[in-house]
Amino acid sequence: MEVGGGEKMKMGGKGFGILLTFCLMFLFWILLSGLFDAFHLISGVICCAIVALISHDLLVKGKGKKILLKSFRLILYIPWELGQIVLANIDVAYRVLHPKMPIDPRIIEFETSLRGDFALVTLANSITLTPGTITISVEPEKGKYWVHAIAKEPADALLVDQTMQKKVADVYMEW
Amino acid sequence: MVLVNGIVVMFLAGGFFFTLVGTIGLLRFPDFYTRLHATGKCDTLGEGLIIVGLMIYHLFHYSETLLVPAKLLFLILFIFIANPTATHAIMKAAYLTGIKPWKLGEERR
Amino acid sequence: MITVFLVIGLLIIVTILLSLYRAVIGPGVFNRVAAVNVIGTKTIVILVIMGYYFERPYFFDIALLYAMLNFIGTLIFAKYLERGELWS
Repeated sequence: MEVGGGEKMKMGGKGFGILLTFCLMFLFWILLSGLFDAFHLISGVICCAIVALISHDLLVKGKGKKILLKSFRLILYIPWELGQIVLANIDVAYRVLHPKMPIDPRIIEFETSLRGDFALVTLANSITLTPGTITISVEPEKGKYWVHAIAKEPADALLVDQTMQKKVADVYMEW
Repeated sequence: MVLVNGIVVMFLAGGFFFTLVGTIGLLRFPDFYTRLHATGKCDTLGEGLIIVGLMIYHLFHYSETLLVPAKLLFLILFIFIANPTATHAIMKAAYLTGIKPWKLGEERR
Repeated sequence: MITVFLVIGLLIIVTILLSLYRAVIGPGVFNRVAAVNVIGTKTIVILVIMGYYFERPYFFDIALLYAMLNFIGTLIFAKYLERGELWS
């Protein structure tokens, strides 16, 4: 009974990856074609099945623990990020249109506790889209980021406060 | 109908303002790294606002085909992921090749 | 309403000409690559606006395809400038 339960959980992880990839591919097929007759739907199912069987490893790595919970938390994280994007653009507009152009660029580096692929990419994208910072380089073994900041206040918001690292670690549960 | 037209014109004007700010930043900043700050952030949001305005126009004038706003939504998501990644890639290539960043008080490059 | 689209499209073409200045002068190759990325991103928006101005729904697919091509092009250029070769 114990061996049966363990094997079923391992097959469940890989099968779940294939199923998720197939559903996403079929959604894109319907979105891009727009035709709902039998021939196109059946050829869509066949093509999506072949693609999902061959390359489901790229989307869901390994067993994929708790993917639906992480996706749900990601959807909750997006509105905060949209607010930061608008703030970032107003900040850049102020620095560009000011007659004296108050910039003071510097390069900083810091370490985080994130190790997975998706978490590192989400934090790098968020750093590029928030006021005053752009990611230069990432080292995935220790979670180290090199960041170019345009003035002292955005650099302090990233180094001292660390609000964004805490929010991304909450989404992916990698404290 | 006039209210919807007014909202669409507002989105288009806001999007064009941010795009213009991004291009002025490309011309005005003194160094390569700071120019990427201007275009990587302002271009992305400006285009997002323009395409959102066009989506609202489509939803109120041509409401039979709902597939086109879904395609435009996917285009917005793709731009929001792809533009910062391309900016980061070219900045990493410049940093590893040895371009020195600009500090306060030097001359323009 | 349609003339507003035409006016916005022409104004975006003016910003393309402004960033062409950075593509021509820009000391070094990196400034030029950044300017070409900006021009590619603005072309996508002009394609979508023209799809609404001429009332042809096929322009949106071309805009989606060109967004992907522009992204891949900039990434390959950055990879070549970083390593000096594409395949090793």
